[in-house]
Amino acid sequence: MKKLLLANDHIEGIRFYDVYRKNGGYNSVEKALKNMSPEAVVEEVKKSGLRGRGGAGFPTGLKWSFIAKPEGVPRHLVCNADESEPGTFKDRYLMEFLPHLLIEGLIVSSFALGSNVTYIYIRGEYAWIVDILEHAIGEAKANGWLGKNILGIGYDLEIYVQRGAGAYICGEETALIESLEGKRGNPRIKPPFPAVKGVWDRPTVVNNVETLAAVVPIINMGGEEYAKIGVGRSTGTKLISACGNINKPGVYEIDMTVSVEEFIYSDEYCGGIPKGKRLKACIPGGSSVPILPAKLLLKTAKGETRYMNYESLSDGGFATGSMMGSGGFIVFDEDQCVVKNTYTLARFYRHESCGQCSPCREGTGWMEKILKNIETGKGKMSDIDLLWEIQSKIEGNTICPLGDAAAWPVAAAIRHFRDEFEWHVRNPQESQVRNYGLADYALV
Amino acid sequence: MADTPLFKVTIDNITIEVPAGTSILEAARKIGGEVAPPAMCFYSKLKGSGGKCRTCLVEISKGSEKDPRPMPKLQASCRTTVMDGMEVKNITSPKVQDARAGVVEMLLINHPLDCPICDQAGECHLQDLSYEHGKSGTRYEFQRRTFKKHSLGDYIQLHMTRCILCYRCVFTADQLTESREHGILDRGDHAEIATMIEKNLKHDFIGNVIDVCPVGALTDRTFRFKNRVWFTKPVDAHRDCEKCCGEVQLWMRGDEVFRVTARKDEWGEVKEASNGKTGWICNECRFEKKHINDWVIEGPSEVNRHSVISQGHYVGRVKPKETVEEVMDGVKPRIFLQIHEVSEVNKPTVDLSLIQGPAHSNNFVTSNQ
Repeated sequence: MKKLLLANDHIEGIRFYDVYRKNGGYNSVEKALKNMSPEAVVEEVKKSGLRGRGGAGFPTGLKWSFIAKPEGVPRHLVCNADESEPGTFKDRYLMEFLPHLLIEGLIVSSFALGSNVTYIYIRGEYAWIVDILEHAIGEAKANGWLGKNILGIGYDLEIYVQRGAGAYICGEETALIESLEGKRGNPRIKPPFPAVKGVWDRPTVVNNVETLAAVVPIINMGGEEYAKIGVGRSTGTKLISACGNINKPGVYEIDMTVSVEEFIYSDEYCGGIPKGKRLKACIPGGSSVPILPAKLLLKTAKGETRYMNYESLSDGGFATGSMMGSGGFIVFDEDQCVVKNTYTLARFYRHESCGQCSPCREGTGWMEKILKNIETGKGKMSDIDLLWEIQSKIEGNTICPLGDAAAWPVAAAIRHFRDEFEWHVRNPQESQVRNYGLADYALV
Repeated sequence: MADTPLFKVTIDNITIEVPAGTSILEAARKIGGEVAPPAMCFYSKLKGSGGKCRTCLVEISKGSEKDPRPMPKLQASCRTTVMDGMEVKNITSPKVQDARAGVVEMLLINHPLDCPICDQAGECHLQDLSYEHGKSGTRYEFQRRTFKKHSLGDYIQLHMTRCILCYRCVFTADQLTESREHGILDRGDHAEIATMIEKNLKHDFIGNVIDVCPVGALTDRTFRFKNRVWFTKPVDAHRDCEKCCGEVQLWMRGDEVFRVTARKDEWGEVKEASNGKTGWICNECRFEKKHINDWVIEGPSEVNRHSVISQGHYVGRVKPKETVEEVMDGVKPRIFLQIHEVSEVNKPTVDLSLIQGPAHSNNFVTSNQ
């Protein structure tokens, strides 16, 4: 498979401008700014079928075409580099090793959207990447790719890097905008959508790092050519950050025709599970998407092979499927405890809830306490049903998707691993010393 | 004023026309009664408020005339504007009732439920809400979240444990006063209203945060533990005030003024003053004028007769129709039953004091002869 984003990541010094430029960098900027109109760039992205890589999978071209264009009001592009989902680290890799790819994508996208001031909102913990990005921006500016009158076509662009302060919620686009404005990072109530009223009430597009980087190959090879990669509505390539019980954790670029089984077991990707252990479960798209037991992961409920793409992973809805999400692929082997994992995730969401809407604020804390009880052997059988009740009261009733993200892992864990929860309740002492093991849902 | 088009919106099968830009909640309030969803965080006088408590969730079964698709999720009615031809389900939707019960449960799990010692009891929105939608028991078996109490100056007490984080006071401080000294610290379930750091709130209008607080998190220190609201009688009064409209409600017991608040409408929001200005009152009126001679009394305030505050002093109460007169052919009874008309016993002609021992029916018979 031909890599598009990570094609050059093995070249030494690709982080710096000279090497990057020598390897074909900034060609897309030349092509877009000199030969294309902003509308044509948007059209090209639409043709490519590129879908948002941040988690929701919304078509990027469509999102760009929604941006309001009132006279005399500046528009902004914001790059969402607040990658805080447990299990997801693809943007970090991209920004750390190929900062110029992101900046190149940002220049083309900003040109397409008519943004003269573009922001990169980066999570606070990525402190060293801020330096990398700022160095790269400095280099780009010194070489005339940023600043006033780029390439002599009269287009000005400045890119600023803004650090977050370590809040998961600021990865939600409206909370990110609030935080960028210097306010408390609480999600806004939609509508109005950011495309109408975003940063400082100006039309704004917020895109993930990988989405914006993917604009570069789209412009270079053409939207139609890009759309030929992949399958169905899952076009192009996707970065997957694989972690957990696998031999080769890391960031992989796949073209979405790879099956899940191949992704886990082939030497090209994860390289199988260490020590010959068996697969128990997997969270295929970052911590907030439903966990799947091995038998539903490798084959869909209908018995078809499951592939690593948007449609196939969500096949069967939440009853028997999951989501592509942000591409944080977390694998569990037979020695892992789903209850403990669910508790860990619940603790994370409780800590990261912004505290605005009551179901999420109170419900996440409640779920965490119940899960802690079950995990430490103090649970009751009725607690499992109560957990189910609570998650159903949170899901869909909150302002932003964090409520859903907190509810889904718990819901899926109970849906698929109920017997493990019940075993924990029934054997409080035994559950402290050993794990439940595989059970039948993992047998493939 | 430019013509705003009127939109037809149907809420619980009741159709009403409202100007474009009205929120569903406000349209429902125009219909009134039970159709209006409860609101804990929305406050029509505060810009930007609402959307947080999720008690006002409604089901939108038809988006609009142009786009009749239903909305997949329940929407916060306070922040969703009406569209022409929209159909909304509130009390007719079991989904909404279910979600609302869930929200109430969530709001109550960490609420201390110290109503017996809370100054807000009797006029607390959370109390009303839990009576209407809450369950009798709790499924929460853990220690409730607690915070330290804070005195924000001489007048305002912050009891953060009771707070439901509606953000109303933050918006009040933001919009009514120039110097915003309090806001939300921290996030999630340990978020708290706080002044940075332990400052006092000093502004002429900051007392209004007490009025907007739906629960007993912000209470009046000058009234604290003095009386229960239902023992005091609300009276409309006014005075000439340079700073504010001066139109207030006095909460009195006898001649003593226990508390001064702004006048509130049926939704518990501060009413507009009679001159059309805002009804917010200043700290001087609220906290310092606690003598009856400071005020010109207008008369008792209207209180909803279902409210606990109205016990003993109803205004506008409708007395049940008298049916005895009709039954008795227009004879108005002196007491409920004119017993002498049906019985010989105890006729007023017999002087009971003259009879020795207990009276016997024979006494009456003989006297009649």
